[in-house]
Amino acid sequence: MKESYDILVVGIGGQGTILASNILGEACMIENRSVKGAETHGMAQRGGSVESHIRIDGRFGPLIAPGTADLIIAFDLLEAFRYSYFLRPGGKIITNSRLVVPTSVFMQGLPVPTDREILGCFSDHELCVIDAEGLAKEAGSPLTQNIVMMGAASHFLPLKQESLVQSFSRLVPPKTLETNRKAFELGRKAGSSC
Amino acid sequence: MERRYLLGNEAIAHACLESPVDFICGYPGTPSSEVVDILRGQPERHYYIEWSVNEKVALENALGAAWCGIRALCTMKHVGLNVAADPLMTSSYTGVTGGLVIMSADDPFAHSSQNEQDSRMYAKFAKVPCFDPCSIQEAHDMVRDAFGFSEETGLPVLFRPTTRICHSKGDVTLGDVQESGRTGQFNRDPRQYVVIPAHTRVLHKKLNEKQATIKKRLVELGYNKAEVRGRDAVIASGIAVSYVSEIIPSTTSFAKIGAYPIDETWLKEFVSRHERVLVIEELSPFVEEEVLQVAGTIPVFGKKSGNAPYEGELSPAAVGRIMKSAGFATNMDFPVADPPQDVPPRPPILCAGCMHRAAFYAIKKVFREGIFPSDIGCYTLGLQLGGVDTTICMGASITVASGIAHSGEKRDVVCTIGDSTFLHTGIQGLMNAVYNNATMTVVILDNRITAMTGHQPNPSTGITACGVPIPPVSLESICRSCGVSFVETVDPYNLTLMVNALKEAKERPGVKVVIARHPCVISARRAGISRRPYEVDSEKCTACGTCIRFGCPAIEVAGENAVITSGCSGCSLCAQICPTGAITPGGRK
Repeated sequence: MKESYDILVVGIGGQGTILASNILGEACMIENRSVKGAETHGMAQRGGSVESHIRIDGRFGPLIAPGTADLIIAFDLLEAFRYSYFLRPGGKIITNSRLVVPTSVFMQGLPVPTDREILGCFSDHELCVIDAEGLAKEAGSPLTQNIVMMGAASHFLPLKQESLVQSFSRLVPPKTLETNRKAFELGRKAGSSC
Repeated sequence: MERRYLLGNEAIAHACLESPVDFICGYPGTPSSEVVDILRGQPERHYYIEWSVNEKVALENALGAAWCGIRALCTMKHVGLNVAADPLMTSSYTGVTGGLVIMSADDPFAHSSQNEQDSRMYAKFAKVPCFDPCSIQEAHDMVRDAFGFSEETGLPVLFRPTTRICHSKGDVTLGDVQESGRTGQFNRDPRQYVVIPAHTRVLHKKLNEKQATIKKRLVELGYNKAEVRGRDAVIASGIAVSYVSEIIPSTTSFAKIGAYPIDETWLKEFVSRHERVLVIEELSPFVEEEVLQVAGTIPVFGKKSGNAPYEGELSPAAVGRIMKSAGFATNMDFPVADPPQDVPPRPPILCAGCMHRAAFYAIKKVFREGIFPSDIGCYTLGLQLGGVDTTICMGASITVASGIAHSGEKRDVVCTIGDSTFLHTGIQGLMNAVYNNATMTVVILDNRITAMTGHQPNPSTGITACGVPIPPVSLESICRSCGVSFVETVDPYNLTLMVNALKEAKERPGVKVVIARHPCVISARRAGISRRPYEVDSEKCTACGTCIRFGCPAIEVAGENAVITSGCSGCSLCAQICPTGAITPGGRK
C-alpha cells in the first residue's frame, strides 16, 4: 500500500494552484516531512485546465495514479468534475461552487454539465462545496480564493493548522498577509461544517 | 546542508551555484526555462549570464567560454538541441578544458512541445556522456558533479531531465553555494580547436578511445547501479526508476540506469544472472537495445515485445500495467479509473486583450481565402481562431510560406511569427524569400518579449537577461536590409489601421512585412498599465455572436446576450467589431 497522503489541486491557469501546492510543500518542510509533487507550467497555464499533484510523505515519483487520490481541492467546479476519477473510493473533495464556462464552449456551442450533474458524480465521496468567491470578497480581495480553499481544506490535511498558516505567511506578498489570514480563517470556518 | 521544497529546475539552478558555474547561457523553452531565469534573478552573481538568440548561438558561446577553462552551462529544450546539433556533433571532437554541461530538457507526452524526441540519441550520436536523472535530488546531484565529470573526460556532458523532473517539486538536500574566482584564458592549440580534416581525423580516434573509460567511470560513480534480489530483473532509467521503486517487490532484482554510455560488461554480468528481464523507460528503447545486445537467450520484455509504449510519458499506473502484462510481480494494484465522458475541454487560450487575437482577426478579414503558415509561440493558439494552418519548428513560418508560394498555389500566403522567433531563426527565411522573389505577406507579431516561456527578454525588448537597458534591435531595419521594400508597423489594437496595412500588402508584389506591435498584455499589466473595462448594453445587443466568435475569455454568453466579465483588460477590440455599437467603456478599473 502507498505510504503517502495524495492531494490533487485542480483549477484554471491563473487561479493560484501553484501557490496552493507551494503552501502544502512548505508546510511539509516545516514539519520535517518528505514531499513530492508535479505541476503544470508553460503554455497550458494560459487559461487552460491545470493540475498540481502533492504527495505528502511521498518518497518516490511525483504523480498520483487515477483512483488513488485521498483529497481533491478544486478551484472550479468543472475542473472538479474533469479530475474526479483521480479520487479513491471514500476520498474527499473540496470544491469551489463557482464554474467558469470555457470560452471554447461559447465559441463552439458545446453542452456544459449542470451543477447538479457534476455534484452527482461525487455520491461515493465526502463532498464539501465552498463559496470561495463570496468568502474571498468578504476577506477583502477576490484574489484570495485559493487561500479560502486552503483554509477549508485544512480540516482534512494531515498537516497542523499552525504549519499551514506559517507556510502561507512566508509565501504570500507581505502587503496581502492580513487579507490572506482572514481568507484562510473564513475558509476554515466554512470547511468545518463539511 | 539545507533541505528545501523546490521545483526541479530550482534544484538544478542551485546545483550550478554549488559547482560553481562561471558562464551561463541558453534559449528559453519549456520545460527548461526556469534554470536561467532563476540564475539571472540571483541578488549576487559571480558569473556571466545571457539569454542567447537561439540554441546554436548559445552552445557556441558556451563552447568558447569552456575553451577558456571556465565552467559553462547551456540550457534549452529538446528541440533546441536540433538547432544546436551542428556545434554539438563536433564539440565532442574538440572537447573542452572547462566543464561544459548542456541541459536539453525532454518532454515526453509533448506537454508543451511539437514532438517527443529523445535527447539520449544525440548523446550517443555525438559520443558524449549523458546524465538522465530519476528524481529532483538526483538531478541536483548530477548537475553538481557533471562539471567535474566534463573536465575529467574533457568532453561536454549532456544533461537530460524530463518534464516530470523539471516541473516536479520535492524536498531536496542542497549544498553550499561556492564562488569560483576563475577567469577564462584561451590557450592557442590549432590541432584541438581548428577542425580541418587532418586534425579532425585524429580527434575522432581520440574520442572513440575515451568511450571505454567513460562507461566504467559511470558505474564507479554510482550513476548506473544494480541489486540482484531474485530471478526476475527490472531495468529502468530516468523518472521510470522512481515509478518502479514504489511498486517493485523486494524479491525482484532492480538495475537503475542514470547515465550513458552503459558499460556492456557490467550490464551483461547483471542480465546473465536472471531468467527474465523487463526494461522500463520513456520514449525510445534506448536502454532496451543495449540490454538486447547482451541478453543472449534470456527473454527481454519492454517496447519491442509490445509490453511498453514507444510514445507518451509513463506514470505509476502505466508502469504497473507494463509489469503486469510482462508477468512481473508488483506490490501495489492500481484501480481502473476512467475520466468522465462529455466534460467540455478547457484548452489554453490567448489572454483577454492579447494583441495576437486582434492581428488574427484582421488577417482573416483581409485574406478570407488565405493560407496561414505560423510558428512557435503563444500565437500558435491562433489555431482556435482559424489563423494557423501549419507549424513545424522555430522559424518555419516564413520558409514554409515561401515554399507554398512557389508551389503554384494560387491563394494568398500570409504567415505569422513572433518577435523572439523571428530573431531566433526567422531572418534567414525572410532573406531567402526576398532573394528568390516569393509573393507572400509576413506578419511579425511583435509583443517585445518571449511570452510563452515566461516573459524572457530578447533583443527586441530593450533589456538584457540581467535587466541592463540596451538599445532594442530594429525589426524594420532588419527587414529592409533583407530587401523587403514594403515594411509597415501598426498597432493591432487599432483594427482599422491594421486592416488597411494588410490590404495594402495584399495588392503589392513580392515579400511584404507588416509588423503588428503592441506590448504583451501580461507585461503591460505588470508594468501597471490599466484601462477601463468595457460593458455590453443589453438593450443594443442583438445576440449576433460576432464578439463571441472573437474568442476573448472575458466575453461570455448570459441568456441570449453577450456579457463582459471582470477579466476585461480594456483593449476595446470587441467594441471595434460590434456591429450595433452595443459595447462601450464601462466603470472604473
